[in-house]
Amino acid sequence: MAEKVLMKGNEAIGEAAIQAGCQCFFGYPITPQTEVAAYMSRRMPKIGRVFLQAESEVAAINMVYGAAGSGVRVMTSSSSPGVSLKQEGISYIAGAELPCVIINIVRGGPGLGGIQPAQSDYFQATKGGGHGDYRLVVYAPSSVQEMVDLIQDAFDVADIYRNPVMVMGDGMLGQMMEPVEFKEREAKQLPSKADWAATGLHGRKEHHVINSLFLQPEELEKHNEKLQKKYAEIEKNEVKYEMYNCDGDLDIVLVSYGTVSRICKNVIKMLAKEGLKVGLIRPITLWPFPKKAFEEVVDRTKYGFLSVELSCGQMVEDIELSVKGRKPVNFFGRSGGMVPSPTEIANKVKEIAGGAR
Amino acid sequence: MAVVFEPTKGLLDVPTHYCPGCTHGIIHRLVAESLEELGVIDKTIGVAPVGCSVLAYNYFACDMHEAAHGRAPAVATGIKRSLPDSVVFTYQGDGDLAAIGTAEIVHAAARGEKITTIFVNNCIYGMTGGQMAPTTLPGQVTETSPYGRDVKLQGHPIRVSEMLSTLDGAVYVERVSVDSVANVLKAKKAIKKAFELQIEGKGFTFVEVLSICPTNWGLSPRESIKWLQDNMIPYYPLGVKKDITQQEVK
Amino acid sequence: MAKVTFREDRCKGCGHCIAVCPVKIIEFDEKLNLKGYHPAIVKEENMGKCLGCASCARMCPDLVITVEK
Repeated sequence: MAEKVLMKGNEAIGEAAIQAGCQCFFGYPITPQTEVAAYMSRRMPKIGRVFLQAESEVAAINMVYGAAGSGVRVMTSSSSPGVSLKQEGISYIAGAELPCVIINIVRGGPGLGGIQPAQSDYFQATKGGGHGDYRLVVYAPSSVQEMVDLIQDAFDVADIYRNPVMVMGDGMLGQMMEPVEFKEREAKQLPSKADWAATGLHGRKEHHVINSLFLQPEELEKHNEKLQKKYAEIEKNEVKYEMYNCDGDLDIVLVSYGTVSRICKNVIKMLAKEGLKVGLIRPITLWPFPKKAFEEVVDRTKYGFLSVELSCGQMVEDIELSVKGRKPVNFFGRSGGMVPSPTEIANKVKEIAGGAR
Repeated sequence: MAVVFEPTKGLLDVPTHYCPGCTHGIIHRLVAESLEELGVIDKTIGVAPVGCSVLAYNYFACDMHEAAHGRAPAVATGIKRSLPDSVVFTYQGDGDLAAIGTAEIVHAAARGEKITTIFVNNCIYGMTGGQMAPTTLPGQVTETSPYGRDVKLQGHPIRVSEMLSTLDGAVYVERVSVDSVANVLKAKKAIKKAFELQIEGKGFTFVEVLSICPTNWGLSPRESIKWLQDNMIPYYPLGVKKDITQQEVK
Repeated sequence: MAKVTFREDRCKGCGHCIAVCPVKIIEFDEKLNLKGYHPAIVKEENMGKCLGCASCARMCPDLVITVEK
């Protein structure tokens, strides 16, 4: 077993990627994720790997495209405004079916917004921030340890499905220090990249082309159908979530991800003392969204669900699509970098449940 | 009889989509012949742009990437940094390189990326139907400069080779033309040299090729050649803008 | 003694080769090729004048021409 070390979230991201075999990192400074790039700039050259500070987020994601097409494990990292700039490249990467990992340490928006923690990039991450019919796998860790574990999973999932994977943390997760263990991982059997990567012919007969252009409508439709089939596979196999305190009859179920879910767990303990039975569904994959978690509790929750977010209700639609009108879906959120206190959330729960018992 | 000239193995044996007389085909051939003669087709990865040469990946025999508009130098950077023993080139037009992709080309050059960029300048956006480019000449009529490019309103053309030659990371910058047999031979020499310097690990190499667009200039192929000679060469003077191997000799 | 061979169906009839031929033996065919262009050709009776300089092939954007000498 590896030792636990105390690490800042952003630096743990870098180390996790290195341990997952990330060969190239292309970054650009932006608060609150700059430490990821700084960590990589210290470590990567020492182990014979590539760190490069690009001239923009646009360039960085296109460097990722080039490296991913060359068949190496590659990552980039940014925060909200920077991730907006990367959307063009992400769409091309998804279209060309290239594996890569993108970190988004989310800050408040829209526009330049602020630099404090937020979850307001939920729509962008899960509904396709760029153009075209594509999907990203989106992981939302709630602790530094989970972030480390998910980054390592992210590289595998990216390779298995030849698809970009985003790990989305809020600014809090990037900046906080927590004990973390880099676990020894079993080597997974992953598909070979030799049949598609553009590495130079080296004796191969057919040239490989990394491309997302299909001028014939029939071909593009076929390509889209292939992508949709892949996304259906991902929805079947890669959903991750946690259910907390969800046994038996429930008054209400909170739905929350990332660091806010940790506050929600405290709220649940507080309210238990007041006689309210509150559960928590914590999506770990935001896409694919854990619809089946809702099936498990929808008949047992008296007052339905409460989405608790650091955004203005962006997750509510996905919850409603999972609940399908069977129970009410409520919302409580703070935005702009404001973080709700446990009491605020508890008060909202009590308001919905008609007061404490 | 011995073969004096035959199609290069650096290009796949397929017809191209280019308009009659378009000199992209000549420039493709010069790149491909250079790679063939240097014996590096097997370890070359090319990056195609967005523009008329977007489908270049269907023509070059080596492995290829198709990049987003203007981003080819960034994509090529990702490739070269991942596979440092490979030979990497971008093939870009003037809209792609000198407008939307200005940041990417300047910084690839400044970093001294060990890649070769072939920059095809024909003073116009071809694929979208003949709009004004950053390289469109003063007074030149295009679809989006219907009264002729007025430098007071639309600014001045960019001489990309001269601009890039000021950067320390660029080791070789030359402007050539494919308007005559003699210039085609010179262009070939420049392109081959650019690849040689890349293979030697010297740094960023860049060849600007003056090219014609009969379709969007509204001229015949032969009139287009004359237009290039009369208008483009005076504004975009041919020749070596930078060559560190010559400076070393001095 | 030299010989040029044109892959006529690849020709787009741009005429670059005609313009640069030093002995002016290349001309447009009266017939249309598969693409619908009048392709460049050298008539059999003119082939004897070919220098084998390959100027035509070097200006051809479409790799139509092979030159032997």
